[in-house]
Amino acid sequence: MSAKPEPWQTAEIAGPKKALVITKPEIAAAMIKRAKRSILVVGYLSTKTDKDTGKMIDYAIRLNKAAGIPIVATAHTIQEFVKKGFEQATQMNAMDIGNRLKDPTWKGLDGKGPYDVALFMGLPYYMEFVILSGLKHFSTNLKTISLDRYYNPHATWSFPNLKVEDWNQSFETMISKLGGN
Amino acid sequence: MVKKGLVVKAKELKTDVALVKNLELSIGKIIDDTWDEPMGPTPFPSMTDLRDWDFKLLQRYKPFYLPYCDVCCLCTFGKCDLSGDKRGACGLNMAAQQSRIVLLACCIGAATHIAHGRHLIDHLIEKYGRRIPLDSGGLNIDVEAPVTRLVVGVKPETLQDLEEVLDWCEEQVTSCLSSAHTGQEGNNIDFESKAFHVGMADQVGMEVADLAQISVLNLPKADPEAPLVELGFGVADVKKPTILVIGHNVPSSVGIIDYLTKKKMLGKVEVVGICCTAHDLTRYEPSAKIVGPISWQLKYIRSGLADLIVVDEQCIRADTLEEAQKVKTPVIASSPKNCLGLKNRTNDLAKELVDDLVEAKVPGVLILDPDKAGEVAVEAAIAVAPKRKRFNIIPDLEAIKAAGEACGGCNECIRACPNNQPIPEAMKAAALGDLDPLATILGECVGCARCDSACPKDFSLHSFMIKAGEEKLWEEKFMMRSGRGSISDVEIRNVGGPIVLGEIPGVIAIVGCSNYPEGGEAVAEIAEEFAKRRFIVVLSGCAAMSVATVKDEEGKSLYEKYPGGFEAGGILNVGSCVSNSHIAGAAIKIASIFAKRNLRANYEEIADYIHNRVGAVGLAWGAYSQKAAAIASGFWRLGVPVVVGPHGSKYRRMLLGRADKKEDWYVYDARTGDRVYVGPAPEHLFTTAESKEEAIVMLMKLCMRPNDTTKGRSMKLTHYIDSHKRYFGVMPDDVHLFIRNKMDIPITMKPEILKILEEKGWKETRIPDPTLLKRMIRKRG
Repeated sequence: MSAKPEPWQTAEIAGPKKALVITKPEIAAAMIKRAKRSILVVGYLSTKTDKDTGKMIDYAIRLNKAAGIPIVATAHTIQEFVKKGFEQATQMNAMDIGNRLKDPTWKGLDGKGPYDVALFMGLPYYMEFVILSGLKHFSTNLKTISLDRYYNPHATWSFPNLKVEDWNQSFETMISKLGGN
Repeated sequence: MVKKGLVVKAKELKTDVALVKNLELSIGKIIDDTWDEPMGPTPFPSMTDLRDWDFKLLQRYKPFYLPYCDVCCLCTFGKCDLSGDKRGACGLNMAAQQSRIVLLACCIGAATHIAHGRHLIDHLIEKYGRRIPLDSGGLNIDVEAPVTRLVVGVKPETLQDLEEVLDWCEEQVTSCLSSAHTGQEGNNIDFESKAFHVGMADQVGMEVADLAQISVLNLPKADPEAPLVELGFGVADVKKPTILVIGHNVPSSVGIIDYLTKKKMLGKVEVVGICCTAHDLTRYEPSAKIVGPISWQLKYIRSGLADLIVVDEQCIRADTLEEAQKVKTPVIASSPKNCLGLKNRTNDLAKELVDDLVEAKVPGVLILDPDKAGEVAVEAAIAVAPKRKRFNIIPDLEAIKAAGEACGGCNECIRACPNNQPIPEAMKAAALGDLDPLATILGECVGCARCDSACPKDFSLHSFMIKAGEEKLWEEKFMMRSGRGSISDVEIRNVGGPIVLGEIPGVIAIVGCSNYPEGGEAVAEIAEEFAKRRFIVVLSGCAAMSVATVKDEEGKSLYEKYPGGFEAGGILNVGSCVSNSHIAGAAIKIASIFAKRNLRANYEEIADYIHNRVGAVGLAWGAYSQKAAAIASGFWRLGVPVVVGPHGSKYRRMLLGRADKKEDWYVYDARTGDRVYVGPAPEHLFTTAESKEEAIVMLMKLCMRPNDTTKGRSMKLTHYIDSHKRYFGVMPDDVHLFIRNKMDIPITMKPEILKILEEKGWKETRIPDPTLLKRMIRKRG
């Protein structure tokens, strides 16, 4: 698989404004560190086991522990979080969280104010594509980061199309840089 | 009743004062109004007559736009970059552009149903005359055509009465479409209102089409015991000549059945169908069979099972002719809307057409006379079958293995696949002689064959999957209840009260196409979950077919296990796409029959009633088409929420409520005029569910309505909380928003919920007589 910034689904051409490629996971870690208030949106595909790796949901939990990022679990993903003993996630429909992130007056899950960075992983590619597009066009002061294995051009920043092992390593590096384990 | 026109002719008229020759007197329209219901405020409504109602809904359910791309490319000013807060050369911004695209989709969808209706009615009038009475349920139905009565204020009684209704529909589509021209409408909410308007016209057009065919072709009339018909890839007897019909508009299929009947050959030729024309085919002749939904087209054609293909209109693959040629199957196109580049041979002798098809002088013909198409199809299929000998292009195992070995793993196939299926890995396995992964992919395949097109080595990957899964395909034999048509007045009388009071927890309409994220079985699972919980489950279109494809341990499909009536725990198939109008019709009839509200041209009041009282929700799990967009739009204007599967996110706009904004959830109490907080019920008007588990929980929640009695709300909450715990593993965090007083709390959950209420600082509210319309307040002064 190439690391070129091409949309994974061939016809999902975006632009002129396209996501910058996260060439090094350290960049993503730095952005999370710099964010005043970040949030991680985790879709149900993160509960599926890739043949070469563990479930991606484990990385979501480790990211939460490393950087204190609150998690929104879309669809039935919440069940897997709870099974893993992680009970801090908030269940919300993917469109609903997208719609709220768009709103600069939304006070967030904790009522303390809007978020400036939203990270996404585990949604169906095409669904994440359009939600990121909605946020690109209609949110104010929100940066989005796609942590999925495939380049998602409507994000502000996105991983390129990655091999599974490179993707895993990206998470390991990111979590390590954020001080987690 | 409105009659289209009156023409009086006299060759010679002698009077005391003159002799008049060749007198012709034409009157455009006469009113013969025997319907004693008073005319409501919006007969034959224009594009703006219900705008205020739309704005009320859109104030609560605001659009969340999801652009595919950053540009508009609809005129020669463009392409225009609309990203951020930029505007195009015409002045349009991104929100307006997205709503314009939604409107365009709804216009295409509505035009398709309405043109379908027009074709049917023209054909039926030509063949049977204008004065055929309309009858969709005999004595069991007094409120026929509820959508038409409500929207335009007409009570049609004969075929000719439908013509004027269609005139109105066509005018609305034209007007709404015109507003999408560059330099016309510029406001996104007004575009949304127009999308609602054309969706409403779509519901009328669908009702007209189905009412006409039910009445004239004698399709099942509100029959809960409509016949069980066979469905599946393996249902046809391969020893018989086989005609495959594909599409939505049934006259040419009727032509086939009529010819077979006339020649006493019914049963000697297999007639099988794909998509909604298959629904209507089996409604007309239950011995006909259904192959499956739209995604079965390539599987069936490439397998060589059809000796002749007849296509009519809508949802037919554009490459049908090319695919059919590969397996030496002749094609008859029978609709002016889908001519496939074929020569129009309508006026040629049937025998000449048969000879040309049998001798393969032409790959297909266009025949616009349905009866002639039927005759030619039968005679040609009988003659072609022994020549073709089921010729197919499904490769053998060795060819697939060789392709697997030659596959370079470039990933173009998986990147083209809408469902990201792991085709490259499956090809690696195939190289080792293991076809199981390819067979697994077939189970979740939507049949688009984009993988074939993308493969740089031109491997026919979809055919590889068909070979890998053929054993299971041949076992596909299910039973589906044929489309029953409308819901009878008696059924509405029985359930109207329990629905409005919330004691039947909801009506779940599972409709739409087969663009599923992970196969069609999910639709059956969802349907059964609700039937078991004593909801009413109404089905149509491809979804109704998918529901049939799951059997229990006794080999029974859901249609054999659950009653076909509009009743608690019923699973009923209303029929094809145009039968969707009966679902809206049932909601409308509840207002008319149970609540005794006037229907006639009284749209706003009835929509307000339905929105606040009737716990109906639509699910289009595999929606793909513009028609599905129009159907959804018609439900939005009625205030009925619609949920789509993940691919539905590509409709580019959701209509979402904000449960956290208390100010959005006030209604008037019609008894007192007070503004009363009722909670987010229903929370959204249009949204996407990411997984079937989420769809189930969301549908349960969206059934709640402000008017629910405490008993009804308690029951609805029980289902919502129970399903939330079951599928999400946790208690919902918004349960306090749906409890008006402590009587709403499900008894078995009381301690747990009381604790939550305390934590949330919950306060009791009252249950109003809810309305969004100030004019409905009864207290004056």
